[in-house]
Amino acid sequence: MHTLDNRLKRQNLLDILFRNITRLSAFAVLALLVGIIISLFLGSQLAISAFGWGFLTSSEWNPVTEEFGALVPIAGTIATAAIALLIAVPVSFGIAIFLTELAPQWMRRPLGIAIELLAGIPSIIYGMWGLFIFVPIFAEHVEPWINDHLGQTFLIAPLFSGPNLGIGVMAAGIILAIMIIPFIASVMRDVFDIVPSLLKESAYGLGATTWEVMYQVVLPYTKIGVVGGIMLGLGRALGETMAVTFVIGNAHQLTASLLNPGNSIASALANEFTEAVGDLYTSALIELGLILFFITFIVLSLARFMLYKLGQNEGRSA
Amino acid sequence: MNAEPVTTPKLIVKNLNFYYGADRALKDINLTIPEKMVTAFIGPSGCGKSTLLRTFNRMYQLYPKQRAEGEILLDNQNLLDKRQDLNKLRAKIGMVFQKPTPFPMSIYDNIAFGVKLYENLNSHDMAERVEWALKKAALWNEVKDKLKQSGTGLSGGQQQRLCIARAIAVKPQVLLLDEPTSALDPISTAHIEKLVDELKKDFTIVIVTHNMQQAARVSDFTAYMYLGDLIEFGDTSTVFTNPKRKETEDYITGRFG
Amino acid sequence: MFTLYGRRRLINGISLSVSVLAMAFGLFWLGWILWTLLEHGIPGLNSTLFTQSTPPPGSQGGLGNAIWGSLMMTSLATLIGTPIGILAGTYLAEFGQRGWLAPVTRFINDILLSAPSIVIGLFVYEVYVVKVGHFAGWGGALALSIIVIPVVIRTTENMLRLIPNSLREAAAALGTPQWKVISFVTLRAARAGILTGILLAVARISGETAPLLFTALNNQFWSSNMNQPLANLPVVIFQFAMSPYDDWRSLAWAGALLITFSVLTLNIVARVLFRQKANTY
Repeated sequence: MHTLDNRLKRQNLLDILFRNITRLSAFAVLALLVGIIISLFLGSQLAISAFGWGFLTSSEWNPVTEEFGALVPIAGTIATAAIALLIAVPVSFGIAIFLTELAPQWMRRPLGIAIELLAGIPSIIYGMWGLFIFVPIFAEHVEPWINDHLGQTFLIAPLFSGPNLGIGVMAAGIILAIMIIPFIASVMRDVFDIVPSLLKESAYGLGATTWEVMYQVVLPYTKIGVVGGIMLGLGRALGETMAVTFVIGNAHQLTASLLNPGNSIASALANEFTEAVGDLYTSALIELGLILFFITFIVLSLARFMLYKLGQNEGRSA
Repeated sequence: MNAEPVTTPKLIVKNLNFYYGADRALKDINLTIPEKMVTAFIGPSGCGKSTLLRTFNRMYQLYPKQRAEGEILLDNQNLLDKRQDLNKLRAKIGMVFQKPTPFPMSIYDNIAFGVKLYENLNSHDMAERVEWALKKAALWNEVKDKLKQSGTGLSGGQQQRLCIARAIAVKPQVLLLDEPTSALDPISTAHIEKLVDELKKDFTIVIVTHNMQQAARVSDFTAYMYLGDLIEFGDTSTVFTNPKRKETEDYITGRFG
Repeated sequence: MFTLYGRRRLINGISLSVSVLAMAFGLFWLGWILWTLLEHGIPGLNSTLFTQSTPPPGSQGGLGNAIWGSLMMTSLATLIGTPIGILAGTYLAEFGQRGWLAPVTRFINDILLSAPSIVIGLFVYEVYVVKVGHFAGWGGALALSIIVIPVVIRTTENMLRLIPNSLREAAAALGTPQWKVISFVTLRAARAGILTGILLAVARISGETAPLLFTALNNQFWSSNMNQPLANLPVVIFQFAMSPYDDWRSLAWAGALLITFSVLTLNIVARVLFRQKANTY
């Protein structure tokens, strides 16, 4: 009996040890986040003290005179992400409807996997494909049309008139859209799946059409989760690096036209960071990274809050 | 089964209250479980019969916000006492659940798993112990040629007997059965009931069941519970043929529940 | 003239056709991208691709050093990230009912899951590259492991939550100490799902470029020295694709084909291995 007691005592110690090791690992995740914020903040000290808040509103970017401002990349980041969402949201909604309501049962899984594979393709491949395949076609066939039609339309004309280069903010936005479609579509599909079938059946029972069930029953029921999924896609689009870097043109210029080359935070970092000469230049780039992290952190937090909220309403976590 | 037995108390429950958060799920339960007998807890669902069973091995402690107050004496020691080592307690009180719960390992390892927690057996002794437990659980003949196969590959009834074998391999004094046949077909159920009758020679058995016929068939003593109260407790034949309380009679005759 | 019913049917018909088109739209890009990769990548596939190092412009060569470097960094990142991820995911699923740490960690982890990978590159640059004074393979492995951790945490927690409580209770009822319940019973029962998560994490980092730009950078030569800049497929593809040289570009296409099909294969294997969908978005 004595040895049994020793054995049990040892097991209790191992229990405590095990619990604390797992706790430490969970804590490491927090430490990681704090570490990222602190290191980016320290790295951008030089730029912060040199430019202050003016960094956010200046469109200057001159390594020779060491004048830096973040306006162009911030604007480019937001513009490309906005274009991406405009295209990706309706398409993803359509895909989610197709996968949850229309597709025959045997097609759902393979098609679902195919869409997820689209998310699995590395972003650098999107960039290459965009630059070498998409951009020439876009420049030759699509941009002239945009110039001729949208570019002549009152009010929105400045947005849609520019050189037919192919590369530019518009092309980057379209490539981003293709990249985030699978993310938004699979979140939408998942939240549609949690709608109780009883609810859908009672609407169908009243004689509602599939579209009416989706638009008037399922969508309101899952609204918050759908928005969460869209925000998740937005978070991806804001931080995407390689796909954008290939096609955005990397020009530090502020123009109204979406057909002009521009720059995004992530692509500015990818292009310039390793070649940046001088501490202030490096520091300005790190501050760009800090801004990017800050923006995506807020967007992703909102997305998660919404998805959690939907999950709580359902009594399960999404 | 109906012989008037001379009993020794094994578990004595004194003024037991149980809470899920603020909800009181057991109200001042007092009860004595006799040694090497089968005691059945019956009652409509939500009456607290499983809750009561789960206080005997402090299973509720896995979950925050659940707590028990009062005393449960096992060999005159209060097992609800925080100083009582939980794992040592569970070595003495084994449990089998509603649904079969084979571990994701071989049949042999399923049995040996619990034994290794308390004893250092050499491989020969361990093989003997595994065989002993499987024989006790009336499963040996069906699995002796496939001990290395996964326990999850057995049929539902076999899995449940594997779980019984796993529980008795540790050589506990008390065996708690929480609706052990509710997920099984009638033939497997008959197997298990016969087994319970065999096992009471060696173990004190407490069984929760929603099936009154089962309680009548296998148990020596029966406790009828309703909404967290112990309504009636006594000799099974008395409870079923001549209940003292009207509520018990209503339930047993099917007028209620 | 449309009756109300007719109009409703028409709207339904149009919107459902649009949804079919949306599906086709999604599949169209997948097909087009894969076709392009095959078309441009296959001509570059030959045995020297694996055996020779990246060449200077205008001469013969392969991607051997880059493939080797990628393999090294990916394996090391997985070896570093997986244990931390499994342990932390275990904490969230098994010990997370009480206290503030679990909900906060879960939230932060879900954010890190989609955080921009280039920022992780910057972080490792700041805390590692700056300190040692040069780019190095270890930096790349470190950055990639930071991407592995959230993916493994998420799947580990999800998979452990799928394990019914009755299994934990059954193990606990034998008097099993909790560390044994978790490592021998619950984690074991969830192992197929967790393995899926690891494979998906490997797939994810195999194609990551951005975090390697500021950490491992690149190396023209065959090297296994993790303390030096290390060649790797994504960065080589980036540099070669952006170059004006035709032979570099054709190597970039071959590399792109290689990387995409390994990543997609990993994805498919992971999903076949565990049919339940693992949430990793």
